Amino acid sequence: MTSGFLQQYGSQIATLTIEHLWLTAAAMFFATAIAVPAGIALTRAPRYAPPVLAVANILQTIPSLAMFGFLLPLPWLGERAARIAIVALTAYALLPILRNTWAGIRNIDPAVVEVALALGLTGRQRLFKVELPLAAPLILAGLRTATVTCVGIATIAAAVGAGGLGELIFRGVASVDNRLVLAGAIPAALLALAADQLLGLVERRLRTPR
Amino acid sequence: MPAAVEFRDLSVRSPDGRLILDGISLSIEAGATTAILGRSGSGKTTLLRTVNRMAEASAGQVLVHGRNVQTMDTVALRRGIGYVIQEAGLFPHFTVERNVAIVPEIEGRPRAERLARSRDLLAAVDLDPAVYAMRYPHQLSGGQRQRVGLARALAADPDLLLMDEPFGALDPITRAEMQDMLRGLLARFRETVLLVTHDLDEALYLADRIVLLSAGRLVVSLSPREFLASTYAEVESYIRAFHRGERAAGTRPSAQEAGAP
Repeated sequence: MTSGFLQQYGSQIATLTIEHLWLTAAAMFFATAIAVPAGIALTRAPRYAPPVLAVANILQTIPSLAMFGFLLPLPWLGERAARIAIVALTAYALLPILRNTWAGIRNIDPAVVEVALALGLTGRQRLFKVELPLAAPLILAGLRTATVTCVGIATIAAAVGAGGLGELIFRGVASVDNRLVLAGAIPAALLALAADQLLGLVERRLRTPR
Repeated sequence: MPAAVEFRDLSVRSPDGRLILDGISLSIEAGATTAILGRSGSGKTTLLRTVNRMAEASAGQVLVHGRNVQTMDTVALRRGIGYVIQEAGLFPHFTVERNVAIVPEIEGRPRAERLARSRDLLAAVDLDPAVYAMRYPHQLSGGQRQRVGLARALAADPDLLLMDEPFGALDPITRAEMQDMLRGLLARFRETVLLVTHDLDEALYLADRIVLLSAGRLVVSLSPREFLASTYAEVESYIRAFHRGERAAGTRPSAQEAGAP
């Protein structure tokens, strides 16, 4: 029976897994591109840090189903479900990356930053040679949290028709078929675990000895 | 000969408006070691930091080799001045070798030149490059870290070296070793050194000139010999505060001496 189920749904599960991955990867790309530079900028203008972090925090507390609902009627976004999904997932991924980038740079030993200045490193050299390498493990930990969150929330994207593994879950719930629910939930959980492990590995490699 | 550093009626205020330095006028002789002595909060570190513009003057001027630092590009100014602080401030993610050669690195010197320079300087501070070059700062003792910090400050071949209580966190024996090594290095490199310390013994041992600050004001600028003979109340109280244990022990005969016939 199980083999029959897999024969029937196997290719669909594969397609939806790839779709799921794609949504998550696109969102992580945008979130990283926004949140890492923003986190760096906050360390240069620390008085803006509390309000900006508060906004990112609020974004994160919006229930995901409501977030997808809010975005649905928007002009350009509402036309394609994948756009809605990517924007919503990006919003959820911002906070962990932003907060960890900011904290990672702020937590660097002040003596090290002082010396970097006093030796005559330019702002760019200080950032790329000292601050980012030292903050890298924490930034990566933020990316890891954000990725796992995104993989989970991406299942809800099916509610607005964006596809992904959530589609199997919603269909399973509607037809009271637990096999379908599991066919969506198990690959989603495995994706989250795999992403967590992979990024954890990179994070450990980046950790500087001290 | 123009002074290596000249402070002209220099005042510095903290961001909250407190006066940290109050009208300091002082010339620092080139090629000499000048110790800046004073209690905690006397402004000695701030005075040092105005030279490489880590602290900014609120009034008056600081001249380095006759040029007003305020008109100079901070990056260029700082690269030409060695800087050593108490905690060494080594980059934890760089090897010892890369830490030493960081200034040549940011100036874009070729790699082979940087490595050769780094190894020369490690040898100069008595750290065997074969043993220490590839280590990370956390694998070194406090004294070794400070040696690396000193080598790094010398890497750009600066003619001015700023040292802020460089040996303050070390045990007395390590500190004495470091002071001996520094004396040897200075004899060889002929740097102008500004050394902030609150250790009178260190100032007397290393400096050609001793400057005493008190509450942001310049009290005296004297040679070590003149300093010890000075009758200024603030100098005398500073001298009295040192070697008290020695004097106290010296007034009491030890048990062995007392028991001897």
